[in-house]
Amino acid sequence: MALLDVRDLAVRIGDTQILKSISLSVVPGEILGIVGESGSGKSMTLLSAMRLLPHDAAMSGRIVLDNDDLTAKSERDMCAVRGARMGMIFQEPMTALNPVQTIGHQVAEMFTLHRRLSAREALTAAAAHLTKVGLPPDRIPHDRYPHELSGGQRQRVVIAIATALAPPLILADEPTTALDVTTQAAIIDLLKTMARREGAGLVFVTHDLALIAGLADRIAIMKSGEIVEEGAAPAIFRTLQHPYSRALRAAATLPPRWRATPLQPGAPVAEARDVKVTYAARGLRRSPGVNAVDGISFTLAPGEIVGIVGESGSGKSTLARAILGIQPIAAGNVQIAGADIRTARGPALRDIRQRIQVVFQDPYGSLNPRHRVETTVAEPLNLLDRAPTRTERRARVEDVLKRVGLTPADADKYPHQFSGGQRQRIAIARALILEPQIIVLDEAVSALDVSIRAQIIELLKDLSDRLGLAYLFITHDLAVVRALADRVLVMQAGKIVEEGPVAQVFAAPQHPHTKELIAASPDLETAIAMHEKAKP
Amino acid sequence: MTAQTLSPNLIIGLVLTNVIAAAAVLSLIWTPYDPTTIVVEQRLLAPSLEHWFGTDHFGRDVFSMVLQGARNSIAVALIAVGVGIFFGVPLGLWAAARQGHLADEIISRANDLVFAFPALLLAILITAIAGASATNAILAIGLFNIPVFARLTRGSALSLWSRDYVLAARVAGKGTIAISRDHILPNIANLLIVQGTIQFALGILAEAALSYVGLGTQPPDPSWGRMLAESQTFVALAPWLAIFPGAAIVITVLGLNLLGDGLRDLLDPKMRADR
Amino acid sequence: MVTYLLQRLLSLGLTLVVATAVIFVVLNVVPGDPASYMMGLNADPQALAQLRQEMGLNDPAWQRYFVWLGNLATGDLGLSYTYRVPVTELIGERLGVSLPLTLMATALSLIIAIPLGVMAAARRGKITDAAIVGATQLGIAIPNFWFALLLVFVFATTLRWFSAGGFPGWDEGPSALQALILPAIALALPQAAILTRITRSSLLETLSEDFIRTARAKGLSEAQTLRRHALRNAMIPVLTILGLQFTFLLAGAIIVENVFYLPGLGRLVLQAITQRDLIVVQGVVVVLVAVAVAVTFLVEIAYMLADPRVRTQRQ
Repeated sequence: MALLDVRDLAVRIGDTQILKSISLSVVPGEILGIVGESGSGKSMTLLSAMRLLPHDAAMSGRIVLDNDDLTAKSERDMCAVRGARMGMIFQEPMTALNPVQTIGHQVAEMFTLHRRLSAREALTAAAAHLTKVGLPPDRIPHDRYPHELSGGQRQRVVIAIATALAPPLILADEPTTALDVTTQAAIIDLLKTMARREGAGLVFVTHDLALIAGLADRIAIMKSGEIVEEGAAPAIFRTLQHPYSRALRAAATLPPRWRATPLQPGAPVAEARDVKVTYAARGLRRSPGVNAVDGISFTLAPGEIVGIVGESGSGKSTLARAILGIQPIAAGNVQIAGADIRTARGPALRDIRQRIQVVFQDPYGSLNPRHRVETTVAEPLNLLDRAPTRTERRARVEDVLKRVGLTPADADKYPHQFSGGQRQRIAIARALILEPQIIVLDEAVSALDVSIRAQIIELLKDLSDRLGLAYLFITHDLAVVRALADRVLVMQAGKIVEEGPVAQVFAAPQHPHTKELIAASPDLETAIAMHEKAKP
Repeated sequence: MTAQTLSPNLIIGLVLTNVIAAAAVLSLIWTPYDPTTIVVEQRLLAPSLEHWFGTDHFGRDVFSMVLQGARNSIAVALIAVGVGIFFGVPLGLWAAARQGHLADEIISRANDLVFAFPALLLAILITAIAGASATNAILAIGLFNIPVFARLTRGSALSLWSRDYVLAARVAGKGTIAISRDHILPNIANLLIVQGTIQFALGILAEAALSYVGLGTQPPDPSWGRMLAESQTFVALAPWLAIFPGAAIVITVLGLNLLGDGLRDLLDPKMRADR
Repeated sequence: MVTYLLQRLLSLGLTLVVATAVIFVVLNVVPGDPASYMMGLNADPQALAQLRQEMGLNDPAWQRYFVWLGNLATGDLGLSYTYRVPVTELIGERLGVSLPLTLMATALSLIIAIPLGVMAAARRGKITDAAIVGATQLGIAIPNFWFALLLVFVFATTLRWFSAGGFPGWDEGPSALQALILPAIALALPQAAILTRITRSSLLETLSEDFIRTARAKGLSEAQTLRRHALRNAMIPVLTILGLQFTFLLAGAIIVENVFYLPGLGRLVLQAITQRDLIVVQGVVVVLVAVAVAVTFLVEIAYMLADPRVRTQRQ
């Protein structure tokens, strides 16, 4: 018998139909995965079940929890359901906790609120429960505040809150998206353990097909407020019917890089020698700084694509900035086409800058909202010795826009008129306009939905092949590196711990950190295969 | 512009500020009576058709005085805002561009220093040695406005300097000044406009307060603050002397604040589709 | 944290020293010869010479500054030229009126503002909210001294509930307190309007944060969420504004005292300006700046107590 039964759920905010007739159910002990891209309504489905939709949302349909019709309940009665019979975990552990309350108190509140325990009893119960989620008081004192914890630890606190009263149903909304892959694996394990221990049902919402393939018993694929396909995992992957599900699956499985013609050897276009970047501690007292980048050397051959992989805080983005010459280097040097970026001034520096350009992660933050596309894309022309005329400028902008798959008319629009994927194309056009030898791509596809991500990767590959562009591709995502790069450098704590050709490193990783990263990174085919082996 | 973007705040604000601005402009070419002419036999007349707002203890026409007072109040407050923007914005931009360096530190400390002196204190200091005048009121209020704009500019510019599009501009070889001009300033302009109307309103209040205690506009130039000071002795006898200039101040400040709120709603990037 | 506070104390102390230098330069160096400025054009040369002697004007300026600073440190602000009494004594007496007035106004504005701000935020978009926001717009636009005039006209002149002005002295107890009620209300009104708006907008911002959704998912009602999670977070910006506003209130008190003929700092300094008593002016300005700096420091402490993130950052 179903633990949660949702029938014909529809939600409308203003004139926008967010959800159209969603029906789904979860039985006790089952893990239901809901997969979809941004805007598909998957988070709204969870919030509807909690009856926590925005005030201006209109909802219809029935939501039944354990034979209890939630849609008929008063707000007051819903308060007794939330937390006690249905726990929820959110995406952003950095902001999901009250910054001015200790973690112990935030968990204890569950017991004072629903179990009427005294403050002292509640704190004892909270301590016991925090220990269960891997935060024993001797390691993480429970009088700490959220900002004193890492992202993974904060997510453990959020899980502790959601599971404190052993609710029969747990709802998780992208609970690991903001975390590093190794942390993600640990959090998923914890969630599974916590759900299984009490025989609870778990609804897990994510955009990551590979992740959910290894986790869920049943999967529902959502698009524009509808469930387009649903079935038991892993069998569903063999029988996908809906064209959208098939496209999603194709996009999630990036084919590995394969070069038809090997790279032509040549003098390196970029070379880093023992680069160190130090962040000085600010303030009056001089304290020793932190080495964000700690002695890194590598070379980049013409047309070569090098992936730099690491978790957050490994120093990979700082390294990118050092190579671009916008981050002071403490020691070592960076040479672009044989010229030292540290000592170059005036025309020499302009020459270097013409050879190396950049694309950043956030397609929203990397374009000035007040500039037309033409102004944005033409900005690097500033580096030319002779300023182009208006017509020349326009011609170059239109030309490069066409190259990245946009139209000349797009030059007159503003960034907000484009989707995320299109904006990233504009950012690539800006990097291309001077026909550089190198483009640094700093997490350039990380903020995109999988289908868009596949298109941008295809574009990047194509541009590199046709123009002989070398990329320095910085990412946390191993799948992207495998799809794009010739060579990979694995970074940890400011150092390169392993490097080599992509195929070799992925097939036989040497360093424990590389092994850990590869093991923790979900891969759709592997996940399906393993799942099938476990459940024949 | 659709009806939705024209909020009631904006409309009322525009109407009120335009009425006051019109009064100020009108007073340049016409007032019903000469606001400085003393007619002893017509003193303390209640509002009537001849004297819409009545007359004061010297028999001067209050309506004419209020009209001309608008001109003085607006001039003082507007110039003071101009001083604040002219010096404060470049200082703030510079401090943000040199974040963590000596220049930033010096500018920030200097801001702290001026912030410890409210406009009134500055006016007291200046007046104590230079005597009271409208110019000194401008100087005092303007000086106080500099750190207001410098802080606002620095704070919002700092968050913009870490934006990816600014980093991309640096990779495109643009220098500090070009980035401040092309990327920072256009993105904080709205904020400055809104703060400008707020400081304008505060300037009107400050000018009135200074004139009220005799540190601002001097006789015979009419000023709302001084009219209120002079009305004090007669308030029981002739309440209109206190009511009209006071209401003029309230309307001006209310209009400017509503305009500021309306502009913020209109220009706030959060309300727009670009994010 | 203690180190940070000591650092800030040092830095603010430095600000104060620089401020005294500015005050000294403006009042003692810019006028050329302060003594002849104070006595006017037709001064008796002998009296002038005596005043110059008394003020130590025969010494170079930098030397005078350090003597003055040294005296400041011991609480000696010099001798008033018009009253012929120590300025410290004068200011102490007058602060006895101005400071209680400012504190009363602060307390009053908080008592009015916080419940109103919370009510407006809790009923966002409803008629209560609109009424409160409208009232605050008006409140901010009303000059406190004009409001004071109206209060005198209504409650003193017409209704005769209060005396129109003057101050009987603290020996009189209740009637002294009563004399401060109308001035405190006049001062508090615009302040309350500003604080109401800040409370409302800060609370609305807090209510849109992720952790509020977490609190609701825990099973807390909207009212419980507001009380237990939103309020404390929302009060942090209110605290900052309150600190900033205290200095303005003190300055406002100077103006409002004038309406009620209260013998506070305001009357003292304005009379001193008319009488060109630079020594008194200098003393009052130094004291007010010192109060402003002290309040800044208190706000920082309060800030650190209220926000654990700030505590860590400043460790």
